[in-house]
Amino acid sequence: MNGEVGAVKSGERAPQQGGKRQRPQANMVNVYIMGKRHVVPEHATIMRAIEYAGHQIIRGAGCREGFCGACGTIYRLPGDYKLHTGLACTTLVQEGMSLTQIPAVPMEKAIYDLEKLTPDVRTIEAVYPVTFRCVACNTCSKACPQGLPVMDYIQAAMRGDVAKVADLAFDCVACGLCALRCPAEIVQHKVGILAKRLTGRYLHKESKELAARLKEVASNKFDAEYEELMVMDKTSLSKLYYDRDMEP
Amino acid sequence: MYPDYLAGLLKEVDRTRPHRLGLAMSGQPVYPPMNAEERKDVLSKYHPDFAPGARRPVRIGPNKGEEITAEVAEMLEAHSMVEPKLMDIHLREPDYETDLLIIGGGGAGCWAAIEAARNGVKSMVVTKLRMGDANTMMSEGGMQAAVSATDSPTRHYLDAIGGGHFENKPELVRVLTEDGPGVVAELERLGVIWDKMEDGTMQVLHGGGTSRRRMVSCRDYIGAIIMRTLMDEVKNHPDMIAVREFEPAVELILDDNGHCAGAVLYSLDTEQFLTVKAKSTVITTGGFGRLHIRGFATTNHYGATGDGLVMAYRAGGKLAFMDSVQYHPTGAVFPEQIAGFLITEKIRGAGGQPLNKFGDLFVFPREPRDIESAAIIRECSSDRNNGIETYAGRAGVWLDSPIIDMIHGSGYTRHQFPGMCRQFDRFGIDIVKQPMLIYPSLHYQNGGIEINERCETNIPGLYVAGEASGGVHGRNRLMGNSVLDYNVFGRRAGQHASDYAKSATVGRLSLDHVRKHAEEMEAACIQTDLISPLILPSYTPEDVKIQQLARLGNVPARHSMLRNRFSPSERKTHLG
Ligand SMILES: Cc1cc2nc3c(=O)[nH]c(=O)nc-3n(C[C@H](O)[C@H](O)[C@H](O)COP(=O)(O)OP(=O)(O)OC[C@H]3O[C@@H](n4cnc5c(N)ncnc54)[C@H](O)[C@@H]3O)c2cc1C
Ligand code: SF4
Ligand code: SF4
Ligand code: FES
Repeated sequence: MNGEVGAVKSGERAPQQGGKRQRPQANMVNVYIMGKRHVVPEHATIMRAIEYAGHQIIRGAGCREGFCGACGTIYRLPGDYKLHTGLACTTLVQEGMSLTQIPAVPMEKAIYDLEKLTPDVRTIEAVYPVTFRCVACNTCSKACPQGLPVMDYIQAAMRGDVAKVADLAFDCVACGLCALRCPAEIVQHKVGILAKRLTGRYLHKESKELAARLKEVASNKFDAEYEELMVMDKTSLSKLYYDRDMEP
Repeated sequence: MYPDYLAGLLKEVDRTRPHRLGLAMSGQPVYPPMNAEERKDVLSKYHPDFAPGARRPVRIGPNKGEEITAEVAEMLEAHSMVEPKLMDIHLREPDYETDLLIIGGGGAGCWAAIEAARNGVKSMVVTKLRMGDANTMMSEGGMQAAVSATDSPTRHYLDAIGGGHFENKPELVRVLTEDGPGVVAELERLGVIWDKMEDGTMQVLHGGGTSRRRMVSCRDYIGAIIMRTLMDEVKNHPDMIAVREFEPAVELILDDNGHCAGAVLYSLDTEQFLTVKAKSTVITTGGFGRLHIRGFATTNHYGATGDGLVMAYRAGGKLAFMDSVQYHPTGAVFPEQIAGFLITEKIRGAGGQPLNKFGDLFVFPREPRDIESAAIIRECSSDRNNGIETYAGRAGVWLDSPIIDMIHGSGYTRHQFPGMCRQFDRFGIDIVKQPMLIYPSLHYQNGGIEINERCETNIPGLYVAGEASGGVHGRNRLMGNSVLDYNVFGRRAGQHASDYAKSATVGRLSLDHVRKHAEEMEAACIQTDLISPLILPSYTPEDVKIQQLARLGNVPARHSMLRNRFSPSERKTHLG
């Protein structure tokens, strides 16, 4: 299908573009999916390779674009002792790659009432005490497919610097690969989410403009304008629309 | 890294940039926006909705005779996954019972559950993949809300209804725009980290079709930030909200009064069919990008197969605006591995410019989406031949991103678009220094199940919110209005459906509507081997699929799902 497997069927586009270039034949590589060899196109992502091999992925694919963390994968390469980590949807296959998906990493989410928490170290201690077991080995940062400084945000959490955690963990996709590798069994991305919520709730100044707007809405300030617009015929509405001024 | 043959074309972009930067700094539009006639012309000639065969009349059901998107019509005219007779015992003795059933664990679904809990009503969220494996997780650019002093909710109303070609349902647009500022405040209370100025003022940007800067954002991860906040909140209430993952709904259940009374689920892990009895039901199943309409690549998540439309339609739910599909103007075309992936519209909001192979502007960068997409398709069409071709045979135009740092100061792009930068860094393209190659990508289901401002449908007890619903955006949704949509209407659906659940009594559960659907298909002489809802698309090579389908006899359910999993072009030949 278009944009998915090796072959390109460009659907709508094909007839519209003159002088279509022939796609060069894709080279194939060997990959080992859970130990079994498959031959797949070299430009495939791990996700496309698994599908090319004939699997229907049920667990292990979500957004398919690097946002959801459903597709965490571990792999090894020939002649390389390292256990690599990646997101299946955005990591390319390589010759000899031996891989398996880790679609879920078991961990407990703490239950809390955000309204009763404070954005400081006491909250981290109370909600995720495991955080303080960190031995600063940096394994988590090395495992992170997003390239985040995971250890640094855990260290920031231990200092109670909640805003720093939020900033460093902002792009976390919650794949859990760091947690899987952590010798101290910390649940990094859960700490990250807690810190983000605390930051949004408590550490940002309130917007005065927004508060004023909420008051206006509550006092029905816009009712009359709405009622006028809602019954306006299409011609007048259209005129109003095309004549409206644009803020630069 | 761009291949060598593009080097000359990249130089053109650099050559024209100083002049274009001057235009951008002048405060005037960098290219004249189209008037009503020009818009009409480009749409009718180049928008995929107007291509021959794009629409056809649906032959059965509540919208019978109406022209709708052909791929959707196929899904509506397909067989159910379940044999009603075999479900009888499970209708008498449901596997689960709940006050409120929420189908779909994306943004709208989470909100419905949170609001129901606040209203003291217990709910159950059933979802196809994991909670949050949803389009909501993926939104990058932002959400529209009239929060700034220069703006107003009625201004927002005018922009939204103009963008929708004046066909949106006015009462829905009012609610959408009037609830906007409240949604911003409520999300912040739940811990969403908005982009703000030092003094707390919301940072606002332009989006396509906005006349005021109104786009609020969380860097370029608004979806991930909101979705994870809502999920975390949902999971903080295990006593009020039950969650079942990998158990998509495949049919609604009605009672003998014709009220919605729950759904049949299909466990993807065990391939069992399970029944849920509920006093009221909310559909929040999102969009249909994975139907790959007209063969387009899509920005949508894996489970976006329009299931809600199919289930509601079989139960008698009326659809609205199902003849229109949104193609996002800027999907990636290069490298091939990310073809179809979304390049957020915020890039253009921040000053990014689409350019043809000569490095020239050919359209105002912030037209409404359908217009902008049609203009890009026109530029690449054989009428103009101004597109840039990739080695994979795709065509596209440049999206000049380096100009953004020149407008806003160096470092801006890396800070504001970390996701975008990461996506391209992986392939050795630094978007701060080089433009991206883009082409429209299948993005959004403009229409859906028709609702009113209480999220009610024509079936009592059935509510719909978010991308699955129809009417809010008419035939064209503006950027930032769907994140607002699932927040506004997800909350409303939760409130109204839980109120309804408080007083509703459920009669005898029935799947008679599924039986009737089969009869109607037969009466209309519809022959098909399709089974819907689709649940998941298949990217298995066709030859492998054919071998999988060679299986004989008492086939498991997933095998029947497999039949759906041919590419649209393949399916057409199947239907003849
Ligand atoms: C890449 C991308 C970027 C976007 N960027 C923006 C943006 O910047 N601004 C903006 O306003 N909008 C944006 N949008 C659109 C917006 O994100 C979506 O329209 C919106 O999030 C839809 O929310 P929803 O809750 O209705 O559906 P979704 O979030 O898609 O949730 C639907 C859920 O239902 C589940 N489901 C589906 N079928 C079934 C079934 N049969 N049974 C049970 N569960 C089911 C799905 O798995 C999913 O979890 C973007 C969309 C995409 C794809
Ligand atoms: S921080 Fe951990 S959970 Fe988050 S993306 Fe990195 S490895 Fe995955
Ligand atoms: S892997 Fe665990 S112990 Fe090591 S640095 Fe990271 S959080 Fe600390
Ligand atoms: S599938 Fe969502 S991150 Fe890979």
